[in-house]
Amino acid sequence: MWATPAKLQAKGIIGMNRRNIRYIGRYNDRRLYPLVDDKLQTKLLAKRYGITTPDLIGTVTTQFGVKHVAEMVEAYPGFVIKPAKGSGGKGILVVERQQDGGYIKPSGTRIERQDLERHVSNILSGLYSLGGSPDVALIESLIAFDEVFAAYTYEGVPDIRVIVFRGYPVMAMMRLSTAASDGKANLHQGAVGVGLDITTGTALRGVQFNRPRDDHPDTGHGLASLQVPGWDALLHLAASCYEMTGLGYLGTDMVLDRHHGPMLLELNARPGLAIQMANGEGLRRRLDLIEKQPEPRSVEARVAFAQQHFARQGELAATA
Amino acid sequence: MSRVPFYVLVGTLLAIGIVLTAFRYFHYDVPFTPGEQRQVWEVEAQINFDADNGPVRVDLALPANQPGFRLLTENTASSGYGLSYLREDNARHAQWAIRQANGPQQLYYSAQFLVTDGEEAFLAEPPPLQRDIAWARPYDTAAREVIDQAHARSADAFTFTRELIKAFTDQRQGENARLLLSQYERPVLLTRLLNQADVHARIVSGLTLEDGRRRQALTSWLQVFENDKWVLINPRTGEQGKPENLLLWEAKGNAVLEVQGGSDSRVSFSMLRHNEPASVAVRNQFADDTLLNFSIHSLPIEEQALFKTILLIPIGALVVVLLRVLVGLETSGTFMPVLIALAFIQTTLLTGLVGFLLVVAVGLVIRSYLSRLNLLLVARVSAVIITVIAIISVFSVMAYRFGLNAGLTITFFPMIILSWTIERMSILWEEEGPKEVLKQGFGSLLTAVLAYLAMNNPWVRHITFNFLGVQLILMAVILLLGNYTGYRLLELRRFQPLAKDD
Ligand SMILES: Nc1ncnc2c1ncn2[C@@H]1O[C@H](COP(=O)(O)OP(=O)(O)O)[C@@H](O)[C@H]1O
Ligand SMILES: [Mg+2]
Repeated sequence: MWATPAKLQAKGIIGMNRRNIRYIGRYNDRRLYPLVDDKLQTKLLAKRYGITTPDLIGTVTTQFGVKHVAEMVEAYPGFVIKPAKGSGGKGILVVERQQDGGYIKPSGTRIERQDLERHVSNILSGLYSLGGSPDVALIESLIAFDEVFAAYTYEGVPDIRVIVFRGYPVMAMMRLSTAASDGKANLHQGAVGVGLDITTGTALRGVQFNRPRDDHPDTGHGLASLQVPGWDALLHLAASCYEMTGLGYLGTDMVLDRHHGPMLLELNARPGLAIQMANGEGLRRRLDLIEKQPEPRSVEARVAFAQQHFARQGELAATA
Repeated sequence: MSRVPFYVLVGTLLAIGIVLTAFRYFHYDVPFTPGEQRQVWEVEAQINFDADNGPVRVDLALPANQPGFRLLTENTASSGYGLSYLREDNARHAQWAIRQANGPQQLYYSAQFLVTDGEEAFLAEPPPLQRDIAWARPYDTAAREVIDQAHARSADAFTFTRELIKAFTDQRQGENARLLLSQYERPVLLTRLLNQADVHARIVSGLTLEDGRRRQALTSWLQVFENDKWVLINPRTGEQGKPENLLLWEAKGNAVLEVQGGSDSRVSFSMLRHNEPASVAVRNQFADDTLLNFSIHSLPIEEQALFKTILLIPIGALVVVLLRVLVGLETSGTFMPVLIALAFIQTTLLTGLVGFLLVVAVGLVIRSYLSRLNLLLVARVSAVIITVIAIISVFSVMAYRFGLNAGLTITFFPMIILSWTIERMSILWEEEGPKEVLKQGFGSLLTAVLAYLAMNNPWVRHITFNFLGVQLILMAVILLLGNYTGYRLLELRRFQPLAKDD
């Protein structure tokens, strides 16, 4: 039931307190937080650095503008509304398609125009933002995720999280939504986390609710065969976010779009620790190694270094 | 980036906190536990005299703080007399005055003394030597002989005094001694002899404290000085040292009572001992206005009561920090549990818990209806606030009707905080489901209950209220906790699967 601190220490597991003080506190300058806490700023910044993000359909900044939401999204079959300063999937409304003036969510539930407007109004009032401060609603086009993942996810876009430490990609995982997670890729709600090998982008290990898993609970597809296509490009994208933001300890969330390839979904200045669970490994050893590296290196050199030093063998049983 | 300034800061806070606390403990005798009983002596001096039908002035020497006794309060009763407390070269006295008085008069002075364990000696200025001591004819030789004899048998001022007293005790009384005693009172005689022998000494007056005694008189004691030290010697027995129950009433060698415009004056004492909880005794202490005695007790009672609560908040904050940093408990709203705990202090725990759950539950039901009305957030939260007030009013009235007076205390809940709690819980319910609501609700309530138990603990209340230095210590501890990089208790469970396989 319980592990001893010494055992966790020996395994190089990092706890919240250590993450907060040793890494976030030391490597993330508070003044840079708005760059990543505000998704709109992240988007604009990414544009300047030539990094692709989901297309911005528009923003709503005033309660007056709420009435025009329906017009804004008219031309788009699928779209996503999110609070610019939200986190943890809060306040994200994914609409897959429109039907007779109503909107269909990935789960199949239908909402009406007034629900949509109320949602946007709530976002503007700051319901989902930190500390309840007034916010802005972003409307993005729906990501058409790469077909290779179709068998691994249920009612939602799988995203790939890479922890980037001082510009080096140190650990990666994929989050697969499940019926239990209600189409959201949040691990604590029952999404499956799959640790990915930094060298190849293949699956290492799967966990759901903290327990190991070899297959997707809904589709039944084995996880061993999961491999992220264009892995190197994705790692480069993640690593270059260091130059873009200046944040030393960064969580990059990416998606693979069918048409546009790897895309940056959002950045996180306080990435969670569940990635250790998905990888079955503590972050400590890797972070210690990176801390010993001399400062400026090119993105390519950093990715190559990580791929060379963090290679691992998968632990998944090969099922059908 | 160096951590040295941080540790210097923490060290400084700790040091100042501990020094202030120790100062309160050792110097002002504020005990560390609230239940501790302290002895308090109630002493009353009654002055009687006959006034000569004219103006009267009465001077009574007053006792001061001394090892073993600390003056707590003092009162006087004297109808028609003007009263002032005077201080003359470090000795206090009370002065009563009246323009016209006749016949028997009574004046009262009473004081409360806290018994302390006064080990340390207190310094006293030796009185100047009386040089011109004149003896009448046969006495001068008698005195010289007594002095010479005692001098030969002693080594220092103290042994000399003892020898001198011995010379006047009954069995060994020689002719010289008897002669001298026939002319002088014993204490006066002894000081004369001592002064003549170049020993600094004076007569001081003390009161022997015995529970329930009335009409007691002061007794005279010899205070004998040598170099920096002095001792008290009983002029009747030659015993050295101050008895524990001796309260020095007048320690300057001055008169205890002086009456002008009256005759046949005397002062008598009655005394009573009682035990009081230390906290009461402390409260009664005079507030010295020194910086080191910086204490809430110098404020009016009403402000004190307020501070009593305010000073507890850091304890609640500490509990929150402990539970978050060391345990890893999740709560809805970081310090919301502290405010709830403060409300619990007013309502008592059970009533508070029941009230809180009732208000939040009913609030959630009503809030779920409000969410269908499609309102702006500010309007909705305001509506929830009004709802909460309505719920609280209804519960209060119901509780009153059913004779549950405890139910009335529900009004102590911070309503705006409750409303936000309901709003957050409601969103959480919609977004993450009832499980998360229960989890966070449980975390918040557990934190609130623990904070309540800590803040309502009599010992904690006593310490925070009486030792302001503790606040600095708390600050240092919280700073240190903010620096803790180890695992949280719940992480030992969360990461347990990672530790297992090998
Ligand atoms: N444009 C989009 N298209 C499809 N799904 C999206 C889109 N944006 C977000 N999502 C889904 O919502 C989840 C959370 O979005 P994200 O932008 O990471 O917000 P948060 O900061 O709340 O985590 C993503 O993991 C993804 O599953
Ligand atoms: Mg995210």
